Amino acid sequence: MESSASAVMQGTSPVRANYDDQVVKMFFTATVIWGIVGMLVGVIIALQLAWWPANLGLPWTSFGRLRPLHTNAVIFAFAGNVCFLGIYHSMQRLLKTRMWNDTLSRVHFWGWQAIIVAAAITLPLGMTQSKEYAELIWPIDIAITVVWVVFAVNFFATIAIRKVSHLYVAIWFYMSFVITIAVLHIVNSLAIPVTATLSYPIYAGLTDALVQWWYGHNAVGFFLTTPFLGLMYYYLPRAADRPVYSYRLSIIHFWALVFLYIWAGPHHLLYSALPEWAQTLGMVFSIILIAPSWGGMLNGLLTLRGAWDRVRTDPVLKMMVVAVSFYGMSTFEGPMMSIRAVNGLAHYTNWVIGHVHSGALGWVGMLSFAILYWLAPRLYGRELAHPKWVNTHFWLATIGIVIYTVAMWAAGLMEGLQWRALNDAGQLANPIFLDITARLEPFLWLRLLGGTMYLVGAIMMGINFWQTIRGSGKPSEPAPAAAAA
Amino acid sequence: MSDDNRTGNEQADGKTPQDGVSESAYGAWHRRVLEGRAGLFAALTAVAISIGGLVEIVPMFTATDMGVGEDMPITPYTPLEVAGRDLYVREGCYLCHSQMVRPMRAEVLRYGEWSRAWEYRYDRPFLLGSRRLGPDLHRIAGKYPDAWHYEHMEDPRAIAPGSIMPAYSWMLERTVDPSRVTKSLRALQRVGHPYVDVSEENVRGAMRSQGNEIVANLRSAGIESTWDREIIAMIAYLQRLGRDGKAVLSGAAGEQEEEQ
Repeated sequence: MESSASAVMQGTSPVRANYDDQVVKMFFTATVIWGIVGMLVGVIIALQLAWWPANLGLPWTSFGRLRPLHTNAVIFAFAGNVCFLGIYHSMQRLLKTRMWNDTLSRVHFWGWQAIIVAAAITLPLGMTQSKEYAELIWPIDIAITVVWVVFAVNFFATIAIRKVSHLYVAIWFYMSFVITIAVLHIVNSLAIPVTATLSYPIYAGLTDALVQWWYGHNAVGFFLTTPFLGLMYYYLPRAADRPVYSYRLSIIHFWALVFLYIWAGPHHLLYSALPEWAQTLGMVFSIILIAPSWGGMLNGLLTLRGAWDRVRTDPVLKMMVVAVSFYGMSTFEGPMMSIRAVNGLAHYTNWVIGHVHSGALGWVGMLSFAILYWLAPRLYGRELAHPKWVNTHFWLATIGIVIYTVAMWAAGLMEGLQWRALNDAGQLANPIFLDITARLEPFLWLRLLGGTMYLVGAIMMGINFWQTIRGSGKPSEPAPAAAAA
Repeated sequence: MSDDNRTGNEQADGKTPQDGVSESAYGAWHRRVLEGRAGLFAALTAVAISIGGLVEIVPMFTATDMGVGEDMPITPYTPLEVAGRDLYVREGCYLCHSQMVRPMRAEVLRYGEWSRAWEYRYDRPFLLGSRRLGPDLHRIAGKYPDAWHYEHMEDPRAIAPGSIMPAYSWMLERTVDPSRVTKSLRALQRVGHPYVDVSEENVRGAMRSQGNEIVANLRSAGIESTWDREIIAMIAYLQRLGRDGKAVLSGAAGEQEEEQ
């Protein structure tokens, strides 16, 4: 890491001192804090499923209210802040210009954090619209829209005043993030208010379901995939000190991904009463989606050509390799699960939870950790307080993910098979639902173990950064003052 | 050599190509017409991400042959059931219980008739669910007596040993507010649910009379409650789930048998 750090310092250009890195630091802090909070809530609800007394008998601590808190915290608070931190840091450098308006950057930051705090208060109180990953009540939805517009104005204005003509591939992916999330959020949130905390959607029944899963699937696509691909295209070549493998591949897989992704939503509604043609479209486009997804994975992995020796020793690169590999695995698994026959077994089971977490913990989480570790010494002008902890974190997280996903695969297959099993007389082999639930218990404890390992790694990272920023780490070489400015 | 140069960032003069990209790629047409023009690029991205959604969602509003079943005898939720449904949303019941029986033999055996599109006509929001930590509830109406639900909500393990469901004992004490339910009905009326008289007096009366029926059922099982408790609204909603659909579908099945 030292060597790549000094390479960056040498590359310092005169304009760098003009970049707004203060807002990047703000998002950095928010990312680490919300990440730990979101994962902690995840561990708590995992415990509740293995051991029901952990619901505590209180309304605001029961599973049904904390589960949306977990998903919203890790998606919008942790992953969201990572996206913003990476975008504000990398786009200024890619476009060779400071953000268009520093005030808008801060309105974006504080507005987003206020939305997160509002979510953390309202969700445990049972204030929800019930649409997954779009649970927040309508006043918060309006706040999200306003903050997003502030972000978008600043984002596109910065592109407009850029000092280079060509837009690098990372910027394309950021653009698709800013545009698509706006469209998805507004269309899915249209509702009739009843009180300040209650509303009903303008859509009913299966139309509502289709709009929601068009949103829900593309929240995965355009909140957890495209911005992170953009981040990958900036930070992976930087950390590996290698050029991007193929420019042409990036063009093809970008356009294919943004066009195809949006069709895949109905695979969440297979075997429902949704019209058959819509289900089939969802399934077909999901399968085609393997191609552009793997285009991104291959472009990422092949960028490491000539740097594989460093992958063995540099924990940041190790995290990036695991992240991109999990991206490849979950974008293969997802299309497989979208095949009707497979979905018939997998739907409603823990398998889906395992799939989501291989993408969330493996791809989003690992890439985020890698970026944070790569950025911290550069942003704060100090070496990490505990460089060896990074490797420990890597192994805790990697083994944690494997335990988590294997436990969920096993549990999901088991419950899926036992729900549908018939005996020779053509009757249900397991007529008592709770008999099957009881058999899941060991897997739920295993999942808790995997998730806890992942959380412990994230806490180690938080302590590491805390002590680095407070000054326990050595100043990085050379000329830290100039680099930190 | 600048590190920026290796990562797609150009030097200040804007002429230095990226490493690993040939000169020809940099003189390529797509770079001239697209990747240097942010506005056009953004517009084309917006077009690309809109097509799939438009193709899939717009027909849901326009097509008439989707089996939404305008002529099916589905009645809107009563005021007490609306109140119960709001509680179902508040407590996040949909996170563990689906309301969608799939057309598969094992599902039909376990839960009953598979779910039809028209059954969801008055579902705002939809509550199909995505996970079965507990069983599907779309055909729960009439499966258990009111007292079963009361005791199950108070202490799930007293009724179903081994259950991992949290207890919802607070629903036994808390009350629902008819004036709030009135506002709900007025909002639903505005989006087309066929309620006739949504005066607060009428809503309160409807809630009281339906609630008192459940209270009477509970009393015969030795349980004391009042019509305005949350648990009563919850029971009303659960005892309604899938009821209309089941009546229609069992009737249709009966007719088919008669024809045969």
